[in-house]
Amino acid sequence: MLDVQKIRKDFPILNRKVNGKPLIYFDNAATSQTPQQVIDVIVDYYSNYNANIHRGVHALSQEATDAYEQARQKIQTHVNAKHAHEIIFTSGTTHGINLVANGFSSLLKEGDEVIVSALEHHSNIVPWQMLCERTGATLKIIPMDDNGDLILSELDTLLNENTKLVFVNHISNALGTINPIEDIIDKAHNVGAAVLVDGAQSCPHLKPDVQSLNVDFYVCSAHKVCGPTGIGMLYGKEEWLNKLPPYQGGGEMIAEVTFEKTTYAGLPHKFEAGTPNVCGGIAFGAAIDYMNAIGFETIAQYEHELLEYATHQLQQIEGVKIYGTAKKKTSVISFNVANIHPYDIGTILDKMGIAVRTGHHCAQPIMDFYKIPGTIRASFMFYNTKEEIDTFITALKKSILMLS
Amino acid sequence: MTIAEIQNEIIDEFSMFDDWEERYQYMIDLGKTLPLIDEQYKTEDHIIKGCQSKVWVHANMQDDKVNFTADSDAIITKGIIAILIRVFSNQHPKAIIEANTDFIDKIGLKEHLSPTRANGLVSMIKQLKMYAIAYQTQLS
Repeated sequence: MLDVQKIRKDFPILNRKVNGKPLIYFDNAATSQTPQQVIDVIVDYYSNYNANIHRGVHALSQEATDAYEQARQKIQTHVNAKHAHEIIFTSGTTHGINLVANGFSSLLKEGDEVIVSALEHHSNIVPWQMLCERTGATLKIIPMDDNGDLILSELDTLLNENTKLVFVNHISNALGTINPIEDIIDKAHNVGAAVLVDGAQSCPHLKPDVQSLNVDFYVCSAHKVCGPTGIGMLYGKEEWLNKLPPYQGGGEMIAEVTFEKTTYAGLPHKFEAGTPNVCGGIAFGAAIDYMNAIGFETIAQYEHELLEYATHQLQQIEGVKIYGTAKKKTSVISFNVANIHPYDIGTILDKMGIAVRTGHHCAQPIMDFYKIPGTIRASFMFYNTKEEIDTFITALKKSILMLS
Repeated sequence: MTIAEIQNEIIDEFSMFDDWEERYQYMIDLGKTLPLIDEQYKTEDHIIKGCQSKVWVHANMQDDKVNFTADSDAIITKGIIAILIRVFSNQHPKAIIEANTDFIDKIGLKEHLSPTRANGLVSMIKQLKMYAIAYQTQLS
């Protein structure tokens, strides 16, 4: 059982007021809030052992290096990677995707095919479009149905010996659909294609096991799992990371430099040019610790209750239409109210201290599919409560009244 | 009336309200008085970029005065553009270019002035002034 009142005490921001009302934060799919335990780690780092890592002989540098590498191991254990050097620290999910897309530029040629799903975030569409433009490869799309489920049978017709890469998110940010990535990975591997899974929306809610998934690349951001912004991770299978060329040149990623030639450092440093976000990496590790202490099963169960509760309440309101009704989804509800612009609802809710996201959620193709300008998206984390949902429902009814 | 006089009039109207709900309700009502853009101008060319909702604006000049019509698919945004058009319409382009828009703050809509705000109030003001600049060039 999850003691939500105890957990809420860990999050100082949940005490603040917005427009004179207690904050109700339902924009967790955009960024999660940070517990005191993680904030303390950040303060401790800058108060006690801030230093550049991997090259200093002095004590501070040694301590910072140890803490940073320990964080890498924590993430390795968390996602069950075979080696710690298969975990690359990035600035976030988008960086991880770009790193892989850029690496594949030298591996793809004209006639090759890349497949993405119709449920993708822009950050998982644009880098592949750019990759295809650079290499002459073709981009193909796995279509979705009205519920927001991918049509997997279509994937079979798209896959062939020219398919080199398949990119899919584990969970859709706009609709909350949990995609059947196990099937997608198996199907892609059958034709020899590599698979990158965008875990930005899954890592806050479940614990991925990259070895049992047999996934080639998996990316996520710390700021969605109670960590700070500006840090994330790319998991890549060792053999793939060795095949990809470095993304950026700079310090840290080299073994030897002369003006004639540079030899690159081994993994993971080959992909971590320059001074990394040391504090961010350490805080990322602390955030993973924090969530594991609560337990991902406990979290998933509680969030599912919130999702069911809120969905049921919303369905009672006349004119509300929920988008994304996949059988398997996380605690994200995308919806609209008949004849009212999502932006208007979002503005009025904000005046009542309630933070939701409105707009296209960086997933315009999904909005085009439903032929809507956008939606209102309420997304819950384990620190949200049913009481907050009640307040949200009351506020929503009030805004509908004002805006009708 | 000058732009400053119209702004003062709007400030007076908004000062009657005690809370945000009444202010927003009034703004929504003002949206209903907006001189609507002719359907033929509701095209991509007339959309103001930087707004989460769609805002279309059209301008014309008659006797050296600029007149605006507009519409939006969101009613709060429609209220905001209605206020701006009431301030700027039927004015000389030079007056529009030189006008300051501090009154927004005084009617309790300061939060909409942030350049990152999705409703694009700043973009709307910029676009109305761009029209004025274009007409001013024609005059000089």
